[in-house]
Amino acid sequence: MAVMINIQNISKQYKDSDSQSLENVVLQIPQQSVFGLLGPNGAGKTTLISILCGILKPTSGSFEIDGSSSVQNPSEIKNKIGVVPQEYALYPTLTAFENLMYFGSLYNVPKKELKLKITDYLTHLGLSNFMHKKVQTFSGGMKRRVNLIAGILHNPKVLFLDEPTVGVDVQSRATIISYLKELNKKGTTIVYTSHLMAEAEDFCTDIAIIDQGKIFIQGTPKELIQNTPNARKLEEVFIALTGKNLRDVV
Amino acid sequence: MWFKLWQSIIKELKLLFRDIGGLITLFVMPIILVVVVTSIQDSTYQSISASKIPVLWVDHDQDSISFRVQEELEQSQSFILISELDSKPLTEEVAKKEVFKGNYQMAIVLPKDLTGSLNIKVRQNVDGILDEMGMSTTSYEPVEVPGKEIRMYFDPATQTAFKNGIKNNIDKMVARLESDAVYKTFEEQLGGSRTQSFNNSFISFKEIVPREKNKDVLPNSAQHNVPAWTLFAIFFIMVPLSINIVKEKNQGTYLRLLSSPTSNSILYAGKISTYLIICLLQFYAILIIAEVVFPYMKLPQLDLSATKIVLMSLLTLTAGLAAISLGILLGIIAKTQEQSAPFGATFVVILAAVGGVWIPVFAMSETMQVLSKISPMNWALNGYYDIVLRNGSLIDIIPEMLLLTLFFVVFITFALIYDKKKRSI
Repeated sequence: MAVMINIQNISKQYKDSDSQSLENVVLQIPQQSVFGLLGPNGAGKTTLISILCGILKPTSGSFEIDGSSSVQNPSEIKNKIGVVPQEYALYPTLTAFENLMYFGSLYNVPKKELKLKITDYLTHLGLSNFMHKKVQTFSGGMKRRVNLIAGILHNPKVLFLDEPTVGVDVQSRATIISYLKELNKKGTTIVYTSHLMAEAEDFCTDIAIIDQGKIFIQGTPKELIQNTPNARKLEEVFIALTGKNLRDVV
Repeated sequence: MWFKLWQSIIKELKLLFRDIGGLITLFVMPIILVVVVTSIQDSTYQSISASKIPVLWVDHDQDSISFRVQEELEQSQSFILISELDSKPLTEEVAKKEVFKGNYQMAIVLPKDLTGSLNIKVRQNVDGILDEMGMSTTSYEPVEVPGKEIRMYFDPATQTAFKNGIKNNIDKMVARLESDAVYKTFEEQLGGSRTQSFNNSFISFKEIVPREKNKDVLPNSAQHNVPAWTLFAIFFIMVPLSINIVKEKNQGTYLRLLSSPTSNSILYAGKISTYLIICLLQFYAILIIAEVVFPYMKLPQLDLSATKIVLMSLLTLTAGLAAISLGILLGIIAKTQEQSAPFGATFVVILAAVGGVWIPVFAMSETMQVLSKISPMNWALNGYYDIVLRNGSLIDIIPEMLLLTLFFVVFITFALIYDKKKRSI
């Protein structure tokens, strides 16, 4: 299968830190995969995603997304990716429609097309009745769904999701995952982080486990379970690789 | 690009107009500030010129000099002389106590035998001069006359400017009484009658003020205060603007903006355009209040021509740019609203103080005068005064406008570079 994201020796060390947050990370993410980047707190997941989204600069190394180089064409990459941050990255006093109009406009989506898309996505994700309500009145699940729409308005080739279902009810989670699967079927490559192992096992086609800034293992959920002695599910693979020690990060 | 910019402006305006607290800070508070300060300053001016200040009056002289000082003070329409308290004649000790307790602003104590001593001293001096000229008509032995002092007590809380004004007036009055006594003695000795030329001052003062359409333009308290406090309000935009940026960082929307293919310059251009509109709205709101509401409050009108309003609008734009650049820099540097809001508010107060909004620059120490020259608020205030008080034209305010624009360019460039650097940590 063709490679959508090719990460070459990416390292990152924050100025105020003694250790590297990412250490020579090499990773290939297949096209049209649902790629789970799993790891304990402080493992380097968010740092890696932030670098791939152009929010942070790596200390060394580079990457390519859909053939565009992070060194030569960083702005081209930004047009190809969509980002759904862990936080509700929305303006609380704006309505769902106003938030989406603004974020959509940043991706050069024409006004008419943008309006149609917003209405379509909101309807698809069960929010059509709340289109003109302020986001601050929404439940966590509703905000998560608007957050997701904001990341896909420009039909990105790659969608980065940082814990997209954290803190939402079962119904919202099911709606979000089902919609992401639909997007993936249509050709979007999804890069996803989560602490929910069962969800990742069910949702992801490929998984990499990262800890202490290094990729420990990569493969399909089935391969990872088969290759880990006594493991019957992904959570056991994860514990076997990363240990049971608490990872409190300050 | 224009669609992005337009949507950014729409977004910022919606965020602002849905924040009641922010709107109050941006529009209501500056209007209240301008109205209150102008009212206070106007009434202070009126109280000095129209209403009377009670002064404790202790007269140990009880002769012609003290009677004349008393008469002149009463005729000045500025003072009410109080020589009794609780139906008892006032003593120096009681007057001093009352003033130092803050019950009265000042007390004047005239020494015993002031008239007699002055007359003797003047007569001796005149005789001496006439004797030297061989014109003496009388002869008597000179005696030692001790100097007399008029004591004045001020409430320690009284402002120095007011104190100095009163002291100067009394000093002038005493000097005139002394010279009158000298002339009178000369006339008596020489046997002449008082001439008109001695009574009237030969040198007089006339204040020449700027003229507009063949009319003298007399500055009023509104013309002094409205520009100064409008400027204060414009620079106060730093606070909501920096909070807006800090909020974006903390809400996570900043991450979405950073990962979008839209450059930082366009994102900040949206903020700059929006807050520039707000600055102009603030300016026009205060102007309307000053033009329309002030007369109903018996406050002086701004009385601005259309040309002056256009010039002031241009200057407001550049002052707004300077304020916005500071707000953006603060928003980028600050990590929390708790850092940006108090710092922003205090910084504006410092800028206003250094800029001459509260105390005129010429009254500041040399160091502060130098500092004020690098304060954008001082440049803008000077520009406003050029238009409103000095009857200046566009050419007169171009230097200030250039300085303010340059300030904006330097600070916004620094802010954007800092923002970019911060992301590569």
